[in-house]
Amino acid sequence: MRATRVGWGLLAPTLIILGFVGVVPFLYVVYVGFFDWDIFAAKVGMVFAGVNNYRRLVFDSEYLAALGRTLQFMIWVVASELLLGFGLAQLLAKNFWGRSVFRTIHALPLVVAPIAVGATWRLFTIPGFGPLPYYLDKWFGIEYSISRYASHAFTTIVLMDIWHWTPFVTLTLVAGLTALPREPFEQALVDGANRWQVFRYLTLPLLTPVLVTTTFIRIMDALRVVDEVWMLTGGGPGTSTRFVGLHIWLVVFPKTAYGYGAAMSLLTLYFTIVLSWLLFIAITQSGKQTAS
Amino acid sequence: MASRPLRKTLGGVVTYLVWIFMSVFTLLPIYWMFVVSARSRVELFGGPNLIQTTFFAENYLKPLSNPAYRGYLVNSLIIATSNAVLVMILAIMATYALSRYRLKGDANIFFWTITNRMAPPAVFLLPLFLLYTRVIKIGEWSLFDTHIGIILIYCVFNLPFAIWLLKGTIDGIPAELDEAALVDGANTLTVIVRIIVPLAAPTIAISGILSWIFAWNEYLFAATLTSVNARTITTGLAEFVTVTGTNWGEMAAMAVVAILPGLLFLSLVQRYIVTGLTFGAVKE
Repeated sequence: MRATRVGWGLLAPTLIILGFVGVVPFLYVVYVGFFDWDIFAAKVGMVFAGVNNYRRLVFDSEYLAALGRTLQFMIWVVASELLLGFGLAQLLAKNFWGRSVFRTIHALPLVVAPIAVGATWRLFTIPGFGPLPYYLDKWFGIEYSISRYASHAFTTIVLMDIWHWTPFVTLTLVAGLTALPREPFEQALVDGANRWQVFRYLTLPLLTPVLVTTTFIRIMDALRVVDEVWMLTGGGPGTSTRFVGLHIWLVVFPKTAYGYGAAMSLLTLYFTIVLSWLLFIAITQSGKQTAS
Repeated sequence: MASRPLRKTLGGVVTYLVWIFMSVFTLLPIYWMFVVSARSRVELFGGPNLIQTTFFAENYLKPLSNPAYRGYLVNSLIIATSNAVLVMILAIMATYALSRYRLKGDANIFFWTITNRMAPPAVFLLPLFLLYTRVIKIGEWSLFDTHIGIILIYCVFNLPFAIWLLKGTIDGIPAELDEAALVDGANTLTVIVRIIVPLAAPTIAISGILSWIFAWNEYLFAATLTSVNARTITTGLAEFVTVTGTNWGEMAAMAVVAILPGLLFLSLVQRYIVTGLTFGAVKE
């Protein structure tokens, strides 16, 4: 066996850097969360506050509303992207003329900076300038305004996220579909199984691991969305599209409520972990049932 | 019951209809951004006409001749490139260690590394901001608004991603190859440089390119942890919206500049990037 000392030596720089930018901030946020700390307050410096920050947080209706909106957003986009991506993957897994061109176009949004995604959609949908509200009004007489109606803003953000991230689902599922073994499918054809049976008893269970991972990654990403929303609506109209990441960003920094912000960050992290853990268990359980 | 060839043709038609629709849906907003970036203010007043034949270069030239925005571009280049190089060197070393040595708790270390990629960045903004401005401070010097500060932070998502991608490839290289070299008296570093790097080159290239794109695209940390010296192009773009308000032409031009490297990489090494982007979910 090789000297483990060399192995640790190779691993050390990575562990040190990830410790510095990953673990230290985490411990620090736990620490700061127990203090009253506001650099504009009368009493400068950190004052120990116990769990007061957390007590306040549980009754902070703005924060809770932001959490609720994030959850709602997550459910909408993950469900739509999975359904759409699954369908598109079925169409893309087969070979047809022009397939790679369509795939490249489909993959485009994945390399666009989220902030530029927001800018693009802003130019496209802003009232009085973008073509979408203009033509919706001209052709269908629909009044569409992301700066006036909360529901329009929310729908547009969902649509933007579908635009941005469906390709990820499609492409992972295509990779999963093409990596499936051939024999079971050939055997099923010989046995006279129909399309639905092949899909239900072969494709779906065999694809479950990929589906679970994809869903999981999409859930985590949807929960932390900030940049695009900030560029498109700035959280508005009012606070109607202020998701939790944006809420932390907009509330903590201008107000310099550091202790409270730290508690908010930590609680959000806790919710994210618990939620994804529960969802992970739920998905793997239902996956097992489908497979059996 | 339709006959077989008919059903096949029908399926083909549906496939093309769906993909043409999807392509239009994908391209339309991006196309519109290009159109806006090519229009003068006067043209833009004419309403959202989708066809464009002229090109108003001033939208590009004006911000690009502004030293502030040129600085943002240079900063983005420095930060993305240094981060990609640093990440690649560290990831190759770390993945080699995880793959070839039996280290105590290496599975846990691998898993922990990956979880860093998943953490919501908004949660880490405040502690990193405080650490960078107040806690880690030597005299007047702090990590706030420095290139190195941002480069280090981008490791938090790029390093796990690169390790994740490389793990499969390096695991797939037969260990006998490097054992033979070790027996011949080569040291570990030589083995990594002479055997592992050439054999894993495609994966290394993909993860390098993707790390570069992710670093170039990042906004939230750059916006919070820089002010003047290390501002990046994405923060410049966001400033454009808030500061200039309705200078749509120049804003679109800046957005085009911001997305250009990504589009360029995608068109050059399309298939590899697609594999890389999805590799995390599919172990082949």
